Amino acid sequence: MSTNSTNSSTPALDFGQKWKLDAAPETTPVQIADEYGLFINGDFRAALSGQTMVTINPATEEALAQFAVAGLADVDAAVAAARKALPAWQQLPAVERGKYLYRLARRLQERAREFAILETMDGGKPIKESRDVDIPEAAKHFFYHAGWADKLDYAFPNRQVEPVGVCAQIIPWNFPLLMAAWKIAPALACGNTVVLKPAETTPLTALRLAEVLQEIKLPAGVVNIVTGGGETGAALANHPDVNKVAFTGSTEVGKTLAAAAAGTGKKLTLELGGKSPHIIMEDACLDQAIEGVIQGIYFNQGHVCCAGSRLLVQESILAEVMQRLELRMKTLRVGNPLDKNTDVGAINSAAQLQIIQDYIRVGQEEGAELCTPTQGELPEVGFWQAPCFFKGVQPVHTIAREEIFGPVLSVLSFRTPEEALQRANQSPYGLAAGIWTDKGSKMFSLASRIKAGVVWCNSYNRFDAASPFGGFKQSGFGREGGRHGLRAYLNLKS
Amino acid sequence: MSSSERLPILKTFKLFINGAFPRTESGRTMIVNAADGAAIAHLCLASRKDLRNAVAAARTAQSGWQKRSAYNKGQVLYRMAEMLEGKSAEFLGAGCEPIEITEAIDRLVAFAGWADKYPQILGCANPVAGPFHNFTIPEATGVVGVIAPDELPLLGLISLIAPVLCAGNSVVALGSSAQPLPTALFAEVCATSDVPAGVVNLLTGQVYALIAHFASPRDVDAIHAGGCNTEDTRTLDMGAAENLKRVTVRDLVADQWYQRRDCHSPYWIESFVEMKTLWHPLAT
Amino acid sequence: MTAASSHSSSADNFKRRRVDRVASDGRAASFTTRSVKNAAKIQGLRWVVSMTDLTTLEGKDSPQTVRALCRKALRPAVGVDGIPAVAAVCVYPAFVALAKECVAGSSVQVASVATSFPSGQAPLALRLEEVRQVVQDGADEVDMVISRGAFLAGDKHRVSDEISAVKTACGAAHLKVILETGELETYDNVRWASDLAIHAGADFIKTSTGKVSLAAIMGVILVMLEAIRDHFLSSGKMIGMKPAGGIRSAKEALHYLIMVKETLGDAWLSPQWFRFGASSLLDDVLRQLRKQELGPYTAHYDVY
Repeated sequence: MSTNSTNSSTPALDFGQKWKLDAAPETTPVQIADEYGLFINGDFRAALSGQTMVTINPATEEALAQFAVAGLADVDAAVAAARKALPAWQQLPAVERGKYLYRLARRLQERAREFAILETMDGGKPIKESRDVDIPEAAKHFFYHAGWADKLDYAFPNRQVEPVGVCAQIIPWNFPLLMAAWKIAPALACGNTVVLKPAETTPLTALRLAEVLQEIKLPAGVVNIVTGGGETGAALANHPDVNKVAFTGSTEVGKTLAAAAAGTGKKLTLELGGKSPHIIMEDACLDQAIEGVIQGIYFNQGHVCCAGSRLLVQESILAEVMQRLELRMKTLRVGNPLDKNTDVGAINSAAQLQIIQDYIRVGQEEGAELCTPTQGELPEVGFWQAPCFFKGVQPVHTIAREEIFGPVLSVLSFRTPEEALQRANQSPYGLAAGIWTDKGSKMFSLASRIKAGVVWCNSYNRFDAASPFGGFKQSGFGREGGRHGLRAYLNLKS
Repeated sequence: MSSSERLPILKTFKLFINGAFPRTESGRTMIVNAADGAAIAHLCLASRKDLRNAVAAARTAQSGWQKRSAYNKGQVLYRMAEMLEGKSAEFLGAGCEPIEITEAIDRLVAFAGWADKYPQILGCANPVAGPFHNFTIPEATGVVGVIAPDELPLLGLISLIAPVLCAGNSVVALGSSAQPLPTALFAEVCATSDVPAGVVNLLTGQVYALIAHFASPRDVDAIHAGGCNTEDTRTLDMGAAENLKRVTVRDLVADQWYQRRDCHSPYWIESFVEMKTLWHPLAT
Repeated sequence: MTAASSHSSSADNFKRRRVDRVASDGRAASFTTRSVKNAAKIQGLRWVVSMTDLTTLEGKDSPQTVRALCRKALRPAVGVDGIPAVAAVCVYPAFVALAKECVAGSSVQVASVATSFPSGQAPLALRLEEVRQVVQDGADEVDMVISRGAFLAGDKHRVSDEISAVKTACGAAHLKVILETGELETYDNVRWASDLAIHAGADFIKTSTGKVSLAAIMGVILVMLEAIRDHFLSSGKMIGMKPAGGIRSAKEALHYLIMVKETLGDAWLSPQWFRFGASSLLDDVLRQLRKQELGPYTAHYDVY
């Protein structure tokens, strides 16, 4: 036996089929009704509009359920229910209000597996993520805010706080339950009532949440859930009896909502898009930085507003970073989202897949070099995009400027920290940034000058209910999470 | 005119942009009359182009101002208070009540003191569930457009500017349209107060002519306004639809501008800072 | 060669790399979420058996215990088909000759801990003599310990030179260099010591003696695997890896193999390049294999 063998050719690691893992699908059955109504005033009811939509599993293209589309009259009924529930909810002793949220958090923890499976079926994200991130974090959000309910007097020194009123909350499809939690938890803790509109491609976990709300006996009307598409969302945001609009989604829609709210006195918070820079300095801990890049752009198929979609690498280590990134991507497992070993799942919808593919085409047309190192065939049915990155991207390229919202990374290089900073800030967005360097002073200097609401130093895509999240510039305004997240749901009186 | 009467020199107050006093690019001026109707000065009527120049100057100056230490920013604001105190007589002559002048001075002093304190009030450390240092700190939003109310032309202007400056933002302000003279005089305070060029830019003119141009430019990051009617507010709010401007309209009237509990509070700074949250792992 | 040398050596031949522990641990933990079932599990468990360095390193070791160990090494599971022999038996120097005799004619290698195991606190000349002795007694593999004191004092040349000297003393025997990572404390140190050992001639790098409580943990092993990977990518030379100490369950062992598979690739999924240093792991692996092949979980008395 010779323990030292020398290859004559360039050394290559072989991530092949020597040890093929058997399929490990999550098999726990989950009940899904054929049809879902709107959740208004504590009950499910059919839409007055009479319209319905169908939500499908993006990994199989199979229909999962039909759900009601709320029209103007339905939205009106939901807002009226929230308005009617407001006084009693506000007057409830704060400790009791908190206890409903604690109860809710517990039930979510207890029903976590069911929610995780449902989330993965409806949205296409790997079960690993819905199980380890989405659902536990959603529960944590309720648990965290439950404790705030009776402590609001301490949140903003020297001010009296009062709830804003009826909150219209419109959430996206990338983290369906988690976004519902981000919206509902602070609103309820602060004594507001809510009308929530989930995204049209992922309504199921919000509707399941409504069942849990019934189960914990949350007073009727405190949370109402209306499903539907963009028109339902617009009807809700523009409803005159709404005091606050909270929206997470695209910058384009955010601006439309801002225009509609102009002059109405409605409070507005917007969590919008991003093109977040992810900077690797030459003194970075390389393996961890690569892992950060993977987490940053391929987590949830890149359907993440704060995705680290612009990788800025110091030129002296560019070749090494590219080599390591390629190697790492060879072990990413793309496929059945319900399989526990899947790292990258299905694209959320056919429409989103089209957008991503268009960007990839434009990237190639503009002269960047596409690299798709992942191995294995993509399934034939469903919506799939293999994780990929572009080399040779110039700052002016479309793929370096626009949010793709998919597993597509643009790699650019820089020579000095100042150049990195200039490139990082060269964007209308300012949601998040990542910095990898082993030198503290350099890290803090860059972190303090990057225009972004969240800066992950030697880390990426970390979230916590206690940590404020939200953007600078055209990534929106307002924060979610932590003490700062309460601000959007309270009026301060001196 | 008798031979003993001297013909007074009527001063034309110019705009204050980038630390200099340019004439309005529009060439248009208005006459300011004293209470007895006598003309006492000429004032420039700022145009959209003047506003654009002011925004450009404010953009250039902003990062340098933000980089100044909090201690230094506080000292500059305090210097403004000192210079204003010294020029009190001129503001009296411009029609300000004594109490308005002293309150404006005290307001500058209040925010001079906040400069190195508000980050501790508005920021915090966050107990996240993991081995991370996590803290949230306020940072300047950028270039802030200020539209002062017609009433209380000095106090209104100072109230809207001071919290914005204290957080490291630069300012482009349109003073009271009805009583513009205090704004023009205040420019002379700024010019002699160690305020870096471009950090405060002051325009005199008509709010109806300029308000939409405050809302639209993408290089204005936020708006701080007072004395707005519903239509003005809507116009400014539309700025959010343009580039997600942070628009804050104060609906204070008359004596409310004297309420220190409200107007001296760090919550007036809050609207002009962005909360930045930093994560860093903890390990050896 | 002096103990505290100041000349240049292989210790100067590479750039020091830093490791962020939180992110590295996060990556290591991600391997534990892989689900290994059915055929893949059986295959993995058989590999674990074939990669085991069955070890007894007790003061009370006797010829009887060494003979029993060797019997088990040759036929780990009586009555179950398709279970391979383990990779090696690992014993104190005094038992090398006996072990060699017991496994003669089989694929099982004899490894011995030399160099004043576990502390390494003896003059270099004595340690080298011990190495020559075990090789002469028939050891196929030598597990040495580095001088942690010299390492922590920053004397990289001494650490490096000692490894080179032991390598020379090994002759044809393979050298496994024990870093005793529990005493190195930081991942930066683990990485540095790995690189020093690799560049000084180690055939394998090994985490621990098993005598220090903080032994094989996934994060540490990942750092060592990355050092091996980087050396391969820059030189084309393969180095082996041996975690030791504290690995008790079959499930953990499978996670380690997943980590190897996804860090170094298929080539390292072999006893030639990966070993488990363990005494009690094998029993759990055999229990799992019996369960997979025979159905019900075994009783404690079913394992010999």
